[in-house]
Amino acid sequence: MSAPSVTKAARDDTARPSGPRRREITTGFVVTRIAVLGVAAALLLYALPPLVADESWPAVVVVCLATAAIAALYLTRRFVPAKYLIPGTVFLLAFQVFPVLYTMSTALTNFGDGHRGGKQEAIAAIETASLRQVPGSPEYALTAALKGDELVFLLVDTKTKQVQAGTEEGLSPVDGAKLSLTGKVLEAPGYTVLTTAQAAARGKEITGLAVPTSGGAIKANGLSRAVESRAALAYDASCDCIQGEGGPWRADESRGYFVNDKGEHLAQGWQVNVGLANFTRVVTDPTISGHFLAVFAWNLVFATGSVLSTFALGMAVALALHHPRMRGTKIYRIVIVLPYAMPAFAMLLVWRDMFNRDFGLINSLTGLNLDWLGEPTTARMAVLLVNLWLGFPYMFLVTTGALQAIPREMTEAAGIDGASPWQAFRRVTLPLLLVALAPLLISSFAFNFNNFNAIQLTTGGGPFDVDNTQVGKTDLLITYTFRLAFGTGSAQFGFAAAISVFIFALVATISAIGFRMTRKQEEVYR
Amino acid sequence: MRIRALAALASVAFAATACGGSAETPSATQTQAAPAASTPAAGGGKLVIWSEGAKRTAALKPFAEQFGKENGVTVEIKEIADNPQQTFVTASQQGSGPDVMVGAHDWIGNMVQNGAVEPVNLTEEQKAALNPVALKAVTFNGQVYGAPYAVENLALIRNTTLAPDTPATFDEVVAKGAELKKAGKVKEILCLQVSQRGDAYHAYPLFASAGGALFGTTAGGDPDPKQVLIGGGDSVKAWGKLGELGKQGVLKASITPENSIATFADGKCAFLVSGPWAMNDVRKAGFSYDISPIPPFEGGKPATPFVGVQAFFVAAKGQNKVLAQEFVTNYVTNTEVAKALYQADPRPPALTAALEEVKASDPDAVKFLDAGKDGLPMPAIPEMAAIWEPFGIAEVSVIKGGDPAKAAKAAQDAVEKSLRK
Repeated sequence: MSAPSVTKAARDDTARPSGPRRREITTGFVVTRIAVLGVAAALLLYALPPLVADESWPAVVVVCLATAAIAALYLTRRFVPAKYLIPGTVFLLAFQVFPVLYTMSTALTNFGDGHRGGKQEAIAAIETASLRQVPGSPEYALTAALKGDELVFLLVDTKTKQVQAGTEEGLSPVDGAKLSLTGKVLEAPGYTVLTTAQAAARGKEITGLAVPTSGGAIKANGLSRAVESRAALAYDASCDCIQGEGGPWRADESRGYFVNDKGEHLAQGWQVNVGLANFTRVVTDPTISGHFLAVFAWNLVFATGSVLSTFALGMAVALALHHPRMRGTKIYRIVIVLPYAMPAFAMLLVWRDMFNRDFGLINSLTGLNLDWLGEPTTARMAVLLVNLWLGFPYMFLVTTGALQAIPREMTEAAGIDGASPWQAFRRVTLPLLLVALAPLLISSFAFNFNNFNAIQLTTGGGPFDVDNTQVGKTDLLITYTFRLAFGTGSAQFGFAAAISVFIFALVATISAIGFRMTRKQEEVYR
Repeated sequence: MRIRALAALASVAFAATACGGSAETPSATQTQAAPAASTPAAGGGKLVIWSEGAKRTAALKPFAEQFGKENGVTVEIKEIADNPQQTFVTASQQGSGPDVMVGAHDWIGNMVQNGAVEPVNLTEEQKAALNPVALKAVTFNGQVYGAPYAVENLALIRNTTLAPDTPATFDEVVAKGAELKKAGKVKEILCLQVSQRGDAYHAYPLFASAGGALFGTTAGGDPDPKQVLIGGGDSVKAWGKLGELGKQGVLKASITPENSIATFADGKCAFLVSGPWAMNDVRKAGFSYDISPIPPFEGGKPATPFVGVQAFFVAAKGQNKVLAQEFVTNYVTNTEVAKALYQADPRPPALTAALEEVKASDPDAVKFLDAGKDGLPMPAIPEMAAIWEPFGIAEVSVIKGGDPAKAAKAAQDAVEKSLRK
């Protein structure tokens, strides 16, 4: 009902570009406005209480300002271009710029296993991991109790049945306590014994209480037991080092480890800035640079081969179904789209098992005895074949769409002019198709260039040469570097991020060249 | 109307991203801070347990609930299906991890270097009640890091209709398998999964029997990551031995985790090298079988399998550590829990008392345990992760006829390189 009025308003606007914009207030307009502002206000209400509780004032200010800005933007009649521009910009920042910047900043750190948290976390982990039960210390049954408001451990020595109260000041004897058969304190004069549930609710306080003793400290171990233990390692701020067993372990801020004189380091490290070390490692490490060209070449073959083969098959099928005399096209279309509709993840595993030499469907159907995924040539053919099967329905769909846009008169005219069907296809249909589809082919190339699943789930990069366990014959850059960053040893996110920056640069360059070429081509046909 | 609707849609989304984006940093702290603020008010604690595998999670549930009732807390148990160790470590770092984690003991090294788990204090009696191999497995850097509940290792499972005699050497296994294959009674000599990527876990007993080793040992008897032996002199011989088995068609890359147990259950091979997890399928197959230790090569070293231990861990960054300690050290170490977990997933219990009870109804459990008696607890050092892939690739290379010396060197290089970084 309101559609004509909008076009009218729009026409009015173009007719009087300098005049004030007029908008008719329709029901839809009001409803959507209320909805948007309602959501904005709801988010404000949702976010504020925890932020205030957490006393994160800067965040509170940011949230309030953002809400105010939304209100200002959409409640007034002004800023019409901004109403459209700002959401787009925010999406761009949130989903494009931020991830790229985050990846790049991660690439400058040693973030990974052993270096996930900060230095304080590492110190805490080192100290707790070094807590050892004091040799010969008694076994204590623990009962949590209150003296006034203060949490107290009532400790029963399981051998002597002697009862003591433990606080932050230390141990003091308790008289007249009644014990249960299991050694727990049932009641003690001057103390309020906590029930298990009450104690469980104070879990944090119980964890936090350490009763100092001459040998170390008594800490709770669960709700019913306490253990006297001593830390073998302790942080010393004066030397920025860990004192104790095997130490001193000095903080090495360039590696994010505590290192001793022998060059050994404690297991728990922290995240530090390593500058361009990850990037230089990509360039200088011979295991990477030495195999780069071979992997890159196959990667190009794989990506180009996948795009061309899927496009050729998809287009052939689309052309066949586009023929005016073709019947039952709907059924065919449904059948052809099926591989696209099935989860690629599962299909890749199914294909892998179909290629199995002794148990696979392909060898048993064809009577061959090929070690499909075990030999370089057949493995490469196999992954291309699988990718063709997975990818051609997409090409079929987009080509079908693009074909609808090419008027049949054009091919008919070509036929009248004496062109053979092949010539008509080659000179008329294909160029028109390519104008529409070239950007999709480029994006398909970029996708297949990084098609991790297609390789990892089928061959895993193999087969490998006997003298090289690092690079397989079907490895793409992405699977190869995945193996380097995560496959052997622990996860190295910083290094992986550096590699993805490199791959990003490669794909971006290739795509830019591709787009430039298509633009030229479009100009030729124009 | 359409344009306006579109604009409205965009602005809704904008509102969402604007607030979501700006509040990102605070919301991370919020998740940490909120429970802290609400715990005392809620009146009861909450224990969150993460576990791998649907069966185990289901088996734990009644005990977790009972624990909750006894202690007046709510217990939430969640199954982590995909890559549980990484999920746990990452979530712990963000403060959204569980209080208790259930998993394999060889995760310990990585979890410790990431500060994700805390040592567990077991009493002397509790320690004495455990299978010593299990206790050794969860001990890392002299500290006990988990309460073990089940032990698993590989053994030789034999179809006694086809191969009635217990083989004393691995050469007998090969000879009997080849004879049966020649007679057309089986399709494969041996069902030992290899796959195109190799399988270090399943190949290790044979590798060890032929004299191969992964790491040297420290003075304390732990594996020493500074001495990588995977490509050393004796290991080269072991690679050669695996190569021979490949040539004879005993080890094949076409035998994969997907088909090895199924092929054995179909009666298409007489010998299967697998663990307790295969038993449900083997029993369903209906033929008579026996379980024995993997026999060594003639004149070779013992064919020691890796021993894996399933354990409960206390998360270092959990919200409710006291409850977690209570659950792990005082609750799951009892016989009833061990038995229930065994029934859900037939891995031999680590508690000696529970094993005694299980023994009566299931002789297989003891046979598996026997097969792993001298086994090597899977090294829990983080460096062990660097072994799997190069080992597997070298295995496939030699099986396909590659030169053992070259394969050994390549594996040695790959492991050393990834440890040096």
